[in-house]
Amino acid sequence: MTVRAIGIILAGGNNHRMKELSQKRAISAMPIAGSYRSIDFALSSMSNSKIQKVAVFTQYNSRSLNEHLSSSKWWDFGRKQGGLFVLTPAVTADSNNWYRGTADAIYQNLHFLKDSHEPYVVIASGDCVYKMDFNKLLEYHIEKKADITVVCRDMEPDANVERFGTVKMDADCRIEEFEEKPIVAKTNTISCGIYVIRRRQLIEMIERCAEEDRYDFVRDILIRYKDMKRIYGYKLKDYWRNIASVEDYFNTNMDFLKPEVRNYFFKQYPDVYSKVSDLPPAKYNVGSQVKNSLVSSGCIINGVVENSVLFKKSFIGNNCYIKNSIILNDVYIGDNTHIENCIVESRDTIRANSYHIGENGIKIVIERDERYVI
Amino acid sequence: MIKKEMIAMLLAGGQGSRLGVLTSKVAKPAVAFGGKYRIIDFPLSNCINSGVDTVGVLTQYQPLRLNTHIGIGIPWDLDRNIGGVTVLPPYEKSSNSEWYTGTANAIYQNIDYMESFNPEYVLILSGDHIYKMDYEVMLDFHKANGADVTIAVMPVPLEEASRFGIVIADENRKIMDFEEKPANPRSNLASMGIYIFNWKTLKESLIAMAEQPALDFGKHVIPYCHGKGQPLYAYEFNGYWKDVGTLNSYWEANMELIDIVPEFNLYEEYWKIYTNSEILPPQYVSSDSVVERSIIGEGTDIYGKVYNSVIGCGVTIGAGTVVRDSIIMNNTCVQGGCELNKAIVAENVVIEDNVRLGVGEEAENDSAPHIYNHGIVTVGEKSVIPKGITVGKNTVISGVTTAEDYENSTLASGKTLIKAGE
Repeated sequence: MTVRAIGIILAGGNNHRMKELSQKRAISAMPIAGSYRSIDFALSSMSNSKIQKVAVFTQYNSRSLNEHLSSSKWWDFGRKQGGLFVLTPAVTADSNNWYRGTADAIYQNLHFLKDSHEPYVVIASGDCVYKMDFNKLLEYHIEKKADITVVCRDMEPDANVERFGTVKMDADCRIEEFEEKPIVAKTNTISCGIYVIRRRQLIEMIERCAEEDRYDFVRDILIRYKDMKRIYGYKLKDYWRNIASVEDYFNTNMDFLKPEVRNYFFKQYPDVYSKVSDLPPAKYNVGSQVKNSLVSSGCIINGVVENSVLFKKSFIGNNCYIKNSIILNDVYIGDNTHIENCIVESRDTIRANSYHIGENGIKIVIERDERYVI
Repeated sequence: MIKKEMIAMLLAGGQGSRLGVLTSKVAKPAVAFGGKYRIIDFPLSNCINSGVDTVGVLTQYQPLRLNTHIGIGIPWDLDRNIGGVTVLPPYEKSSNSEWYTGTANAIYQNIDYMESFNPEYVLILSGDHIYKMDYEVMLDFHKANGADVTIAVMPVPLEEASRFGIVIADENRKIMDFEEKPANPRSNLASMGIYIFNWKTLKESLIAMAEQPALDFGKHVIPYCHGKGQPLYAYEFNGYWKDVGTLNSYWEANMELIDIVPEFNLYEEYWKIYTNSEILPPQYVSSDSVVERSIIGEGTDIYGKVYNSVIGCGVTIGAGTVVRDSIIMNNTCVQGGCELNKAIVAENVVIEDNVRLGVGEEAENDSAPHIYNHGIVTVGEKSVIPKGITVGKNTVISGVTTAEDYENSTLASGKTLIKAGE
């Protein structure tokens, strides 16, 4: 199968609804499901769809992402043909701007599009958890003779869709209405922030945007061109979550305690890839009691863990009680500590005999005590 | 111009027949160890951690698993533009084609490979020990003494010394004499099968000894160098070093990993052990499970009870199953209601519902008591054990077995069930 598309992953944004969790990392670098980072899902989907050339646009807290993307090997992008390009804003002879929006980010890196020869571009964001075969999306796009295809999803009736872009389609799935973060949503169908578009078309639209000092892909391209161009919706029916708030983040991780979600991501083809961290197997000492939890490699458990997700290299001390919580990477929890309804920030050191409970909602625990490291 | 100060040659072609059915389809260095590793990961990780980035891996017996595991060496950072890891199987020559007939013969047949790196020193390793060792420190010792050959040795209890090749050295660690498995050992320094040679010395002796049948380092090359009066030194190593050559020593070494602070600590930041892990997701422990004193690999699902065990990656332990004192390797599925006691279950095995392993009185194994002993139940890779079977101690099962293969749904202690095709 010939390669027909290049990929762009938008990973530069921040979201204040992630609260302290985005203080030190980009949302796309948020740890997910014990062993992954959120950008792994977009990267793996592209790699599994045989997209060989992928650009990741980073801006906010880019260090965290750069660290994760230190080698392109893990997603099989370490190739002579194609590769993984991490593109941060740069000062040039013509510009000293940050990325002022998604369209501006593409404009500032237009050479990436111009230097490619693949006919299509798949644009995705780095803060969603899903698996997708982009070839199917591409076939749909071609079949519909669409100018832009937007991946959409019907949300549950009680879901709060006002923070997404909502779309209304006609019988042929052509998008009639597109509203970005409406005050009152008219439909329950949202845009997943995944698009496919012909590369030349995109270049043309982005250049025109820039001429008019417009910077946003959704507002200035999707919504503006809605009636002029053929913009279609492609319904995604499988698991998809956006992790734009602390609650979403917590719930998405907790979803992985469900057998059907684990089965979909971990057991069914294709796999999700991530940077390998070469940690030893998890160790359960005397006194460990683990119930309905995910445990990642490098963990050492001496206490009670219930309905929780332990990320890599967590240490749970004697007589601890961890319930309904997410313990991020490399956390040390001292003896006799009680943690309930919390997200414990990575590299935390929690003193013995601590007590943390999220009373109304999820509590984010950040404790930076000294740790004795051998 | 290519120049490597020291390259390593890793002997990984042996069967390791004392591991019984565990090595019926894979070479010993490819046998799983410690939940997620394979034995060869230890010397390979030692190499890269010691700054040795050129490693020739000599394979011969059942190399498929080993080849797939090593690949181009990415997990150990041994994918290099110059050097890196190269798998070296025996090959056909215009005359005198032969298998690797001995440890030194295997190295002899790859003189061209070594020569291409223009090395000063060659490190000879074997792929069947569990240890962490800085070969650079050994090289410093080698250089400081102006040695031609340095042999890594380790002190063993004098009463056990007769099981090893023993080195007799003077106070400066200069080697005076050797004894192979002596009845009355004169020293307690056992050779670990790790050598550093000056490349010139190695090349000269291999060529001089080429006609020797089954050319072996311990038996022929080292005595030859010693006989010529070349300076040989013994480098004493005092860390953890475990030979996992028998089922019982293999079982023990795995069990040592679950101690509170294991003597061989995989959790240290320093000196990581790398492996090719294809399974990434975390493990899941269900609401009704109990896991205590165990280590468990990635992607494993536990629905039953696990005590004092080493569980690999991608394993399933069904509801109501109780696993004790056992080793279960990658991608094996133990269904519900089973009971496993002191079992070693190889990769990709299916144990169906209500199977009981390792029950009843001990009895000597009927086929190979020197291999299957200490009450261990051994199950070879890709085996299937059907529903409701009861299996005794010192037993071995290999192959896809069906209910008809068992009398009264039982395999008594000491019995062997190896199905044709194995």
